[in-house]
Amino acid sequence: MSEQYILLDHGSGGLASQQLISELFLKYLTSPLLASLEDSAVFTVSGNCLAMSTDSYVVDPLFFPGGDIGMLAVHGTINDLAMRGARPLYLSLAFILEEGLAINDLERVLQSIAKCSNEAGVPIVTGDTKVVPRGKADKIFINTSGIGLVPDERSISVSQARKGDKILLSGSMGDHGITIMTRRAGLSLEGELRSDTMALHGLVDHLCTTFPGAIHTLRDPTRGGVASTLCEIAEQAKAAITLDEESLPISASVRAGCEILGLDPLYLANEGKMLVICSPNQANDIVNAMQHHPQGHEAAIIGEIIDGPAGRVTLHTGLGGERLVTPLHGQPLPRIC
Amino acid sequence: MKYLSEFRDSALTKPLVAELQRFPARPIRIMEICGTHTMAIFHHGLRSILPEGLQLISGPGCPVCVTAAGHIDAFVDIAQQDKVRVAIFGDLMRVPGSNGSLSQAAAHGAQVEMVYSPMDALELAEKHPGELIVFLSVGFETTTPGVAATILEANRRETSNFAVYSTHKVIPPPLELLLADPDLELNGLLCPGHVSTIIGAQAYQTVADKYQLPCVVAGFEPADILRALIMLLRQIHEERYEVENGYNRAVTWQGNQRACALVDKVFIPEDSPWRGMGILPGSGLAIRETYSQFDASKRLDITMQDIAEPKGCLCGEILCGKFAPPDCPLFAKACTPANPIGPCMVSSEGTCAAYFRYGEK
Ligand code: SF4
Repeated sequence: MSEQYILLDHGSGGLASQQLISELFLKYLTSPLLASLEDSAVFTVSGNCLAMSTDSYVVDPLFFPGGDIGMLAVHGTINDLAMRGARPLYLSLAFILEEGLAINDLERVLQSIAKCSNEAGVPIVTGDTKVVPRGKADKIFINTSGIGLVPDERSISVSQARKGDKILLSGSMGDHGITIMTRRAGLSLEGELRSDTMALHGLVDHLCTTFPGAIHTLRDPTRGGVASTLCEIAEQAKAAITLDEESLPISASVRAGCEILGLDPLYLANEGKMLVICSPNQANDIVNAMQHHPQGHEAAIIGEIIDGPAGRVTLHTGLGGERLVTPLHGQPLPRIC
Repeated sequence: MKYLSEFRDSALTKPLVAELQRFPARPIRIMEICGTHTMAIFHHGLRSILPEGLQLISGPGCPVCVTAAGHIDAFVDIAQQDKVRVAIFGDLMRVPGSNGSLSQAAAHGAQVEMVYSPMDALELAEKHPGELIVFLSVGFETTTPGVAATILEANRRETSNFAVYSTHKVIPPPLELLLADPDLELNGLLCPGHVSTIIGAQAYQTVADKYQLPCVVAGFEPADILRALIMLLRQIHEERYEVENGYNRAVTWQGNQRACALVDKVFIPEDSPWRGMGILPGSGLAIRETYSQFDASKRLDITMQDIAEPKGCLCGEILCGKFAPPDCPLFAKACTPANPIGPCMVSSEGTCAAYFRYGEK
């Protein structure tokens, strides 16, 4: 590690986070299941293929347009499981609470957690609560873990991505990230900005059942955004990726917010979107099926995996130029999830 | 905000690209003064569609990049003082000084808050009455009026725990210095849109006349930049050298006199150190004596040291257009955005960051 201390950059989901994981965590934690760095680990127990995942949530503010920390905590872990094609079964829920937190706020968060877990059909079956003195944590931190069942013959992972595959995005990008950032900047923008937080396991299951074998890779582009996630995929697939700027689904209000804050939607966090990497000959049908599903009606084909240097992602710009897309490198970002 | 898509619309930009590409190939060097232009040019892939022979050179218009190493160290010093909380624009967070960056100081307990406007810093003062809030203020003509207004507001509110450490700069002095260098061999200047909303297009008349140099003020959307480049190439091919305003919807000839008056009320010109250019007379802005209770350099007894630039870093030369980032032996090797050595690799308007991020290695 080149740094002697943990910086906020290390939590950005970009290059610094990757460095921390590969240079420190993987040095000591050596399970091959972990080393693949997928959204969740997939393994077989007594003939059943299971997926397991965990995630912590520290977003500030706790409540924001379109969601709250509780919704993120439920949806995030469900989505991490779904990204391996798993049907989520059970969740755990752990709180770290700051002394002085209003019970009212905790109750609001719990109501939201219960609602999301009911709607998703994934019950919370175990939990834990700790309280720390005022100032030692910020209001509420949440961890959720989950396990899911991967149906037979489903093999979805980053290692399945191959040259020629098309890249689809399930809806508009950047909504969650920009909602939190504009909130924190105290900006109120016309044209509703809302977090896109949403559970995607329904859409995943629908696609995997309708197009068996055609879906190769699924990733939810959370911190670091679509750009950083695609760079990782290109790196692991040992191939290049090309994107078409004009086909990127971005809402007008996200664009406006980005302009004001000087941000690029490609790097903004999403909490209810996924990248689908699939066989080229079924891409049109898949995008069509997504557009007819409530969780994917703004889906679009945004690019493809091509021959080229491993990890290289390029963007064809609206004016006919071309430029490189690189992973997020340590922009100091506020706590967004 | 609907105008954004209008100026990006490929129906609008495609004909402009075609027009730009129709100019006969010949060696032409145009400097984009402003870091925001540098980024926009890279971001939209403009460099990949330029006519043969046209070279775009990045100039000194990245406020974080031109901030002298000594000022960066002063920022870290201030942040480390007891009962002080500094407020900054995000870009400053990771700029390395000789004693580390503000981000590293924060990891050791310094109170560093990112804000989006100087008024946010003033609000922090209300929120933390037991601390002195110091806004570490960096920026050109565009940012200064907002800081001036904030100081006046603090004065009106009689806020006693708020101060500004000003390293504000003005853009004409470094331009004069650069253009006097015959080695630069510039054929035209792409002048900054934001700065010009304040100082007006007239600000470039002196250099246009003195150096017989075509100058065009440009906005930041692809269509704006394309149009301004076409205007510049036309002047160059017709051997004219005029100041033209390609950003009429925001920039006037005279500029914003009210904003200038506001700045003048609070700030007074001083000599200021620039990275790579040394001390340029009258190029900085200090807080006037009348408002000295809001001047952190007076309240905290901070003296700016003359600190050498990071070893091997060519930021200074790059800011003067003498080198491009790939000429720096540290570029993309020892120096990356994750481990920046100079400010040009950190700032969101830095030339090294642009080359690295958008792929010109
Ligand atoms: S690459 Fe790094 S060291 Fe070289 S000039 Fe740029 S900032 Fe300085």
